[in-house]
Amino acid sequence: MVRFTHVFKEFPRAGLALNDVSFHVGKGEFVFLTGPSGAGKSTVLKLIFLEERPSKGEVRVSGVSSATIRGRDVPRLRRKMGVVFQDFRLLEDRSVEANVAFALEVTGADASTIAPKVSRLLGQVGLASKATSLPRELSGGEQQRVAIARALANDPVVLIADEPTGNLDDRATRGIFQLLRDINASGTAVIMATHDLELIKRAECRMIEMNHGAIVFDSAERAGMGMEPDAL
Amino acid sequence: MRLAFREAFLAFRRAPVLSLLSITTIAFSLFAFGLFGLVALNIHDQLNQLEDRVEIRAFVVNGTTPEATSAALGDIASFPEVATVKLVSSDEALAKARSELGEFSDVFEAGILPASIDVKLKEGYRDPATVAAVAARIKNYDFVDDVRFGEEWVQKLYRIRTIATLSGAVLGLAFAGVAVIIIGSTIRMAVLARSREISIMRAVGATDGFVRMPFLIEGALKGTLGGLLALLLTWLANVLLGKFVFTAEFFGAHYAIAGVAAGALIGLLGSAFSVGRHLRAV
Repeated sequence: MVRFTHVFKEFPRAGLALNDVSFHVGKGEFVFLTGPSGAGKSTVLKLIFLEERPSKGEVRVSGVSSATIRGRDVPRLRRKMGVVFQDFRLLEDRSVEANVAFALEVTGADASTIAPKVSRLLGQVGLASKATSLPRELSGGEQQRVAIARALANDPVVLIADEPTGNLDDRATRGIFQLLRDINASGTAVIMATHDLELIKRAECRMIEMNHGAIVFDSAERAGMGMEPDAL
Repeated sequence: MRLAFREAFLAFRRAPVLSLLSITTIAFSLFAFGLFGLVALNIHDQLNQLEDRVEIRAFVVNGTTPEATSAALGDIASFPEVATVKLVSSDEALAKARSELGEFSDVFEAGILPASIDVKLKEGYRDPATVAAVAARIKNYDFVDDVRFGEEWVQKLYRIRTIATLSGAVLGLAFAGVAVIIIGSTIRMAVLARSREISIMRAVGATDGFVRMPFLIEGALKGTLGGLLALLLTWLANVLLGKFVFTAEFFGAHYAIAGVAAGALIGLLGSAFSVGRHLRAV
């Protein structure tokens, strides 16, 4: 599903952001990506999302290699992924349903399928009653649910969440995490970057810890799940 | 495409002042262009009328036989550059001179003016080089004493025309360049103002072409509206000129449509240059 093979990433000014990173996330897995600020978590997510390309090594997403994909094919690959940000990134001047519909409209979905799909997605994230509200009328947790509904619009095989609970209180965090678990249970892999160690402990999911651009701990390896990329 | 148009129209609603500013700046750029075009058009019309008067006059030596002149007339008429050729007899020249000079008409005596062959050239053959070449060929006839074709006058006429055309082209290009820069800047502002939307579009897998389309439509719409406004302003200027100064020609429908289309094209180009550069930064 997502495979990093000896990936290095160097930025012209910031220097080496990833230093020989290798891991594999399989279909339907739930993985936490953790580590201090500047550890390289966001760079890993950007590489999965092909917003950046590796300086060395290879990133494969859903069978497509970062080494061979052409720039114009990247949008099509992104439709297989859903992305959720810490700051929600909703369009403030549009209703909840318009925000979700936007993801379908810009990817050229058939107009007649948009309304029923938006309605189903809002039901899935528990916001069916707030379809016509504006984002500013919602709580932080609710806004993140809208962002998740939008991320699910194109039926992604993997959901990438960059600190999705970073701006939320405990109660909202638990709600969002439960929603992500439910999504994962229906077969979508989830890669979630977070600082929240309490959440990680409680969840008992696979955890990849990073520091100074390298993986310092991968619970899958420790559990003997054998995720060494060279062997895969 | 429907969504791209909706987004482009939304851009007008979201930033009405900015949109109005860019439309009026394009309109004023094109208005200045339109005014110059109007001047150029009228100079051209005047020049064309003057040009109609360009003619070659070959004076015939006294005593030339009618057979020789009529053979020459036939010859000259068959030159590809020649529109009309006419023999003006000595008597006709005298009558013409007398009628033109009025009270001094009796200073001329019969036979004092030579007969001449007057030649008019076809349109497109009235440039100084062609006129001189035809005049030289006519001068080759033995019975032709002298040839006059207002050499300096023809050259001056053409110089004025060349300067007018060149100034028009240079100023037009300069104005178009300014308009492209203005549109580019407004699109840059629009891209920055909509950076969140663009990042979301990309995140959900919109293609680059899709992301660009609303900006291109926005630029073309602004250019079209600016072009229409410029056309209106130019027309008003022409009406006012006609009312208070002198009546001038106005552009025909083709030029008016071309002007508005040029506005749309300038808007589109400005957007295309700007959007590609700034989208990368979002």
